[in-house]
Amino acid sequence: MTSSTGIGASLLRKEDQRFLMGRGNYVSDIKRPGMTMGAFLRSPHAHARILAIRSDAALAMPGVLAVLTGEDLRADGVGGLPCAWPVTGKGGAPTKEPTHPPLAQDKVRHVGDPVAFIIAESLLQARNAAEAVEVDYEALPAVGGVLEAIKPGAPAVFEDIPDNVCVDWELGDKAATDAAFQGAAHVARISLVNNRLVGNPMEPRAAIGEYDSSREHYTLWTTSQFPHIVKLLMGNFVLGIAQHKLRVVSPDVGGGFGVKQFHYAEEALVTWGSRRVGRPVKWVAERSEGFISDAHGRDHVTEAEMALSEDGHFLGLRVRTIANMGGYLSTFGPNIPTNLYGPLLAGVYTTPAIYCEVKAVFTNTVPVDAYRGAGRPEATFVLERLVDVAAAELGIDRAEIRRRNMIPPGAYPYQTPVMMEYDSGDPGGCLAKALLKADWDGFAQRKGQSAARGKLRGIGLCTYVEACGLAPSRIAASLGVRGGLFESAAVRVHPTGEVTVLMGSHNHGQGHETTFAQIASELLGIPADKVEIVFGDTDRVQFGLGTYGSRSLAVGGSALVKATNKVITKGKKIAAHMFEAAEADIEFKDGSFTVAGTDRHKPFAEIALSAHFPVNFPLETLEPGLEEQAFYDPVNFTFPCGAHIAELEIDPETGTVELLSYIAVDDIGTVINPMIVEGQIVGGIVQGIGQALYEDCIYDQESGQLLSGSFMDYCLPRADNFPLISVETNITACTHNPLGSKGCGELGTIGSPATVINAVVDALSHLGVNHVDMPATPNRLWRIIANAGAAPVVP
Amino acid sequence: MRTFEYLRPATLQEALGSLSGLANSKPMAGGMTLIPAMKMRLSTPARLVDLGGLEELRGIRVDAAAVTVGASSTHESVANSALVRAAIPALCEVAGGIGDPQVRNRGTLGGSIANNDPAADYPAALLGLDAQVLTTRRTLSAAEFFVGLFDTALGDGELITAVRFPVPAAAAYEKFKSPASRYAMVGVFAARTAGGVRVAVTGAGAGVFRAGVIEAALEEKFSVDALTSLRFPSDGLNTDIHADAQYCAHLVGVLARRAVARILYVGRR
Repeated sequence: MTSSTGIGASLLRKEDQRFLMGRGNYVSDIKRPGMTMGAFLRSPHAHARILAIRSDAALAMPGVLAVLTGEDLRADGVGGLPCAWPVTGKGGAPTKEPTHPPLAQDKVRHVGDPVAFIIAESLLQARNAAEAVEVDYEALPAVGGVLEAIKPGAPAVFEDIPDNVCVDWELGDKAATDAAFQGAAHVARISLVNNRLVGNPMEPRAAIGEYDSSREHYTLWTTSQFPHIVKLLMGNFVLGIAQHKLRVVSPDVGGGFGVKQFHYAEEALVTWGSRRVGRPVKWVAERSEGFISDAHGRDHVTEAEMALSEDGHFLGLRVRTIANMGGYLSTFGPNIPTNLYGPLLAGVYTTPAIYCEVKAVFTNTVPVDAYRGAGRPEATFVLERLVDVAAAELGIDRAEIRRRNMIPPGAYPYQTPVMMEYDSGDPGGCLAKALLKADWDGFAQRKGQSAARGKLRGIGLCTYVEACGLAPSRIAASLGVRGGLFESAAVRVHPTGEVTVLMGSHNHGQGHETTFAQIASELLGIPADKVEIVFGDTDRVQFGLGTYGSRSLAVGGSALVKATNKVITKGKKIAAHMFEAAEADIEFKDGSFTVAGTDRHKPFAEIALSAHFPVNFPLETLEPGLEEQAFYDPVNFTFPCGAHIAELEIDPETGTVELLSYIAVDDIGTVINPMIVEGQIVGGIVQGIGQALYEDCIYDQESGQLLSGSFMDYCLPRADNFPLISVETNITACTHNPLGSKGCGELGTIGSPATVINAVVDALSHLGVNHVDMPATPNRLWRIIANAGAAPVVP
Repeated sequence: MRTFEYLRPATLQEALGSLSGLANSKPMAGGMTLIPAMKMRLSTPARLVDLGGLEELRGIRVDAAAVTVGASSTHESVANSALVRAAIPALCEVAGGIGDPQVRNRGTLGGSIANNDPAADYPAALLGLDAQVLTTRRTLSAAEFFVGLFDTALGDGELITAVRFPVPAAAAYEKFKSPASRYAMVGVFAARTAGGVRVAVTGAGAGVFRAGVIEAALEEKFSVDALTSLRFPSDGLNTDIHADAQYCAHLVGVLARRAVARILYVGRR
């Protein structure tokens, strides 16, 4: 480290100063001159035909400027919301991509589907007017879940897709996998549900559209994780606005978790509405509106089986999943349960044959898309539950069966049978460290102590791998994505030596303003407080792909290294000129340009000044200025891996789970700021435990009504649900990016659901239980215990 | 939320006048339920009469026979009252376990029982202690007062002024919180009173009710053992996405046993 604020320093987060002082600048804080307010009338039906919309009474109400409907979109030629990542199904069949109009046209397809957009002088007036819009619906039979949707004769969400199947996808060698099962000594089987989740970022979504007729120019402020992509998708596919006439700004954003990485109808509607009324239009979601309009996550039904040899070696894995797409395709919908799911079924093991089939189906529910982890938690849950079932059936210790099948340290780079080539990793080292930390061998004694108090104690283990650092554009394109997945950075050196860095990724809680400043600090040998990170404005920042898929450091950080190195190269040219030395003789170290082998040196700031006062520059060979930009496209995904262990007690009287300890040991490559990384990992683990024990988005299967539409019924975990979480690392460097970093944003949600459920099942194993669906609620666990006939414990 | 008129009268008489002066007027105590309902437009009063300024509804008085709590006493003030703790510690526990610190500092006894949420805590304490509800017109027993789901015997323009809790020989409240809302999925208030053993259950049904079979068993022998083999019937209990009726019935038994154990082994009152 050349500076105390460089790579490896647990620097306090720079951005927290403004957040803790209440000085953040969120979309809902922004007020524009002449701004109007928008409100939505949303469908109360899961599935209905729109017979008529009467807006005369609403339009006559005070302050009302417009009541816009799907017919107005048609009249203005506004397009549907595009799907950016369709996939290719069996036999080359394309993903079915029905039109997704920003306001419902002819039919509504889920509760919350927007039917009319009301613009008024005030929010109160807009809401009052929304109540006065009369809609005649013809209610239609609805499908609320995937198993209902694929039944013959089920109501069709789209009339031209009678079987509700969006895409029927497969991955892997079916024949080889079938052969592996035929020769197997043992087959372990599991059927499970991966529960549907609502992301619930702390800040609800919001957007402001502003049309400037004097410049024929549009500005959209939006709570987005990827403003440049919103600009491209909305401008090019939905509203037909030329890219140079559209600016998208995502200022401070209060959490995303994937929920804010899609192009949403509301963004297009405030922008289009602004042109319609000639004034800026603002919309801010209510929390209850978020529940029925934010894309949801997960929602799989899966059957899986594993073929094993007598001594517990994994021979083959067969997985059949039905995944919910909801009532329309969201931006990345079809990609999540396919490309981000199937390849992860290999885990950290040497399973030679894997075959996975995924049927993505439409239902009358909110669209489903990426939510922190996105596909990878689902895959890990299937695999790691199945491994535990196999271990129990074969009588092999759960840690031992994993060790026996783990990719050995010398086998990297390791090509799995399902697409991915892992560049590096040490899951075995992570496992060993976690087992030691958890005192795995001493568990029996602790279980006995719990039993003496009438409690059922369980311990659970999971090893995982994730593919992140999305993504090598070449590979992603072969998997269907309609665009690149590189990232960009620009390093602007001011004449006085301070630096502004413009990043194409987006910071919405991850601490980028600190992490990226530390990278620049390290490379340029200047303190991090001389580095300002700019992001989230398409007029300020060069093109960028945004933040999702644990990509910002591995891909964006690599772009920053590349751009910074260009600055250093240019600095060397300037230094060579100033020293009248050969460029090859200039070295840059610790913030200083030196002529090799001499004590002649100039600090970075002096070179920066010289770049801006090019008095004697040989202008044919040396340009003034010191600003460089780089685009970085990774050659591979990155593959963080690790081992997590949870220990818990179940109160058999009530079915309540109390988590006693949670230990994570992760291989995430180079760590820039250990404190931020710990926060990211703990946050992810907490979200994953939320899925395992608490969160459940429940639709009535017949009516399609959302039954868990507020925090009264949707159980978001709270701080007092958790013990202190132990986070340790066991690092191997990524071999293909300049930082050696892999990513840490999602791994918590990937490892923890299986870890916790494995512990719950362990606690109940004496009752013959081999699986418990998520969330493991008190009612669910009590019923399992009661059905098993266990004697109630009396205080 | 829609527009509404807001009044904050200084006297009870003025408040009653304000409530009867305009149709669709509503009294507001702490507003912990009413304001969220208004924000969601589930409640749309034309006039809101804030009872927070009324001196007549304040204060806690304790004598040998009873604890009388003014209707606008916040949960926090009851939870932290040394007088109440000395007389009926279980009442402090009930108040101290409602909602979160923000709710406890705004929400009031009168507001809670007037709303009669089927998962609220106070109704169990009132029914369990055979409390009397004092209103601007009359005195009602808890059993008379709680009529049904979000329904009470209060008439239009009738306000609760105080609740009189007879001091029991001993009492305890055991609550199993719904993981999401943290309201009582089931709450059981058990008391040994002058009139016998009373066991009131909240959360499990359409409103607070007395668990007769448990009371009978405890009358015979006030012990945990008396309840061990008792299976509380699930007929009429709630089934929703968090808990089915059988589970609720089971929890009634578990919590009743825990409440009895606490009365016998932990605290005397």
